[in-house]
Amino acid sequence: MILLIYLSSGLFLAWSLGANNAANVFGPAVSTKMVKFRTAAILTSIFVILGAVYEGAGASQTLGKLGSVNALGGAFTVALAAAITVAGMTKMGLPVSTSQAIVGGIIGWNFFSGSLTDFSALSKIFGTWVICPILAAIFSYIFYKLYLVFIVRTRIHLLRLDALTRFFYLAVTAFGAYSLGANNIANAMGVFVPASPFHDIQVMSGFTLSGTQVLFLIGSIAIGVGVITYSHNVIRTVGNDLFRLSSVGGLIVILAEAWVLFIFGSQSLHDWMLAHNLPAFPLVPVSSSQAVVGGVIGIAIAKGGRNIQFRVLGRISMGWVTTPIIACLITFILLFFVQNVFDQKVHNESSYDFSRNVITELSEHDIDFDKLEPLKGTSFKNARELNNFLSGVDQYSMEEKGLILAYGAVDPIEVTTQGIRIIQNDYLSKQQLSAIEELDGTTYKHRWQFVQALSDASDAWRTDTGNKQKDDETQERLNYIINHFRIQ
Amino acid sequence: MLLRRTKRIERMIDDFLDVVSEGGILFSKAIRFYVEENTEEFDARRLKVSELESTADQLRRDIEMELYAHTLIPESRGDVLAILENTDDIIDNIKETLLQFSVEHPKIPHEFASQYIELAIASGESVDALVTGVRCFFRDVKTVKDHLHKVYLHEKEADKIAERLKRAIFNSDIELAWKNHLRYFALHVEHVSDYAETMADRLSIYTIKRQV
Repeated sequence: MILLIYLSSGLFLAWSLGANNAANVFGPAVSTKMVKFRTAAILTSIFVILGAVYEGAGASQTLGKLGSVNALGGAFTVALAAAITVAGMTKMGLPVSTSQAIVGGIIGWNFFSGSLTDFSALSKIFGTWVICPILAAIFSYIFYKLYLVFIVRTRIHLLRLDALTRFFYLAVTAFGAYSLGANNIANAMGVFVPASPFHDIQVMSGFTLSGTQVLFLIGSIAIGVGVITYSHNVIRTVGNDLFRLSSVGGLIVILAEAWVLFIFGSQSLHDWMLAHNLPAFPLVPVSSSQAVVGGVIGIAIAKGGRNIQFRVLGRISMGWVTTPIIACLITFILLFFVQNVFDQKVHNESSYDFSRNVITELSEHDIDFDKLEPLKGTSFKNARELNNFLSGVDQYSMEEKGLILAYGAVDPIEVTTQGIRIIQNDYLSKQQLSAIEELDGTTYKHRWQFVQALSDASDAWRTDTGNKQKDDETQERLNYIINHFRIQ
Repeated sequence: MLLRRTKRIERMIDDFLDVVSEGGILFSKAIRFYVEENTEEFDARRLKVSELESTADQLRRDIEMELYAHTLIPESRGDVLAILENTDDIIDNIKETLLQFSVEHPKIPHEFASQYIELAIASGESVDALVTGVRCFFRDVKTVKDHLHKVYLHEKEADKIAERLKRAIFNSDIELAWKNHLRYFALHVEHVSDYAETMADRLSIYTIKRQV
């Protein structure tokens, strides 16, 4: 029950995503009367769920890098602040996107909890927001030109074109919904991932849903509910304004939008590109509305560039900055209230300690021993304090700072007989279980010490075998075990 | 399933346009036979046009029913229906004109005969160009304006011939009542091309709408 209350803000955000943003995927199909609302809504709901569960992890990992909201109370507040920002700015008629609100919320949490904001992740996210509408414009320009070539070459009859358009609307709506689920589930549920209470569940023999996938499944069902219960009103009110294009024009715009959401959201595409030594697109939640605007502009340019409202572009770029700032402020204020008025834990203290064995471990990671001298025996209350100290010394590269933060973090873990007894036996292999039993009664101050002890006890806990799928699975199980034995 | 239905309606539209086009060709032939006082051949053409007009009406109604019943081409349905109805008006007008000839039986003096035939040919050609334009509206929207250009050309030609004919009629020595009767029939024949022109104006707007 408590869990449901905590998740409620994320579920609300997911519901509003379904109610508002899903119209970007199937709005034109319905408003041009090409597909019935019921068909479009059911199709969208199914594919949003598939996309979220199967591909949603990538974009949420990027949000996790920006800031890892490590307490359920904090995740609840961040999602709530994002929801308030979106609702408020929509009411005021300002351009807003859930992706931008949630990023602002996470940064607000980082400020409040004393955690560091990863600026490389932030710049990656910001860069993607800028590229998103541009890429959508390029895609829709290309698709529109291809469509013209198709029309001229085939001299297709108006009625047959109509039939083809209907068919493609169904296919593109499914693809768009899948991409929306993959890309945008992180907005609603991403902040809950680090503090997720869900474990893996076996759905059918040989098919397991990880804890994160269970979380995304719940979130995407909320998106589906939003689509079915409310999106019809949104299509009726804004659908026609957004798409004063022909049915084919609308189809091209959603196809462009779906591709943009897909390339910035699909974990499998990302992996495939990396495996083929191609430059992979970053996995970042982007705004579907802005992709749509980009798509419309692409078609306008293809038609000769008349009637482009450049003011719209100005408003979009303003939203990139204002939305995160507003969400950040609201989050900070709400966190203060939730923590001090409602007495809820909104973040787990992450202190840092540099005892001798941490220094030794760091020196084994190619950090010069002399450089580590100032850190010896020091401890810090939070990441910001440590970062200030490191900046004061001014001799560490970004990579070295990252290692120092990772290895110095205090994350106490205790392996107890009681804890071992309630592990989900069928989830771990025999070797993995016996390795844990070997460690019964041991305690660790740092997470890396526990990970090292496990991989020393059995190769079954190694995450560097080179087999990516196997390593990812081991990492999932490792996260589960760490959460299981962590001293709260 | 959807494609099968689509093909059926496409065929119906093609049949409808064939009927109208045939009506245009028969019109000029019927006028020629009338002017040449070949009543038998004239009546045969007139009856055929009458038959075609009924077929066109039926086809148009069937197409309209299909388009509405299956909510096909929702965006251009209104325009398509208007095109079909206006095109149908042309064959109605052809039928009506031939009927007037049959009922009133105007006596055409020999000196005006060739001009009536010329006028009927120009009107018939404007109908033919229009039907080709309508076909292109469905398949090759970019070429519609080439055919509309021909409609305007034939209509202008018909205007000139009609004016020349009317001047010749009123400059002749025949009775005023006869003159009026002949003018009235010149107008009837000319009207067919006027209908085609009005329809061409609308079609050019529908074409622009389709391209947006």
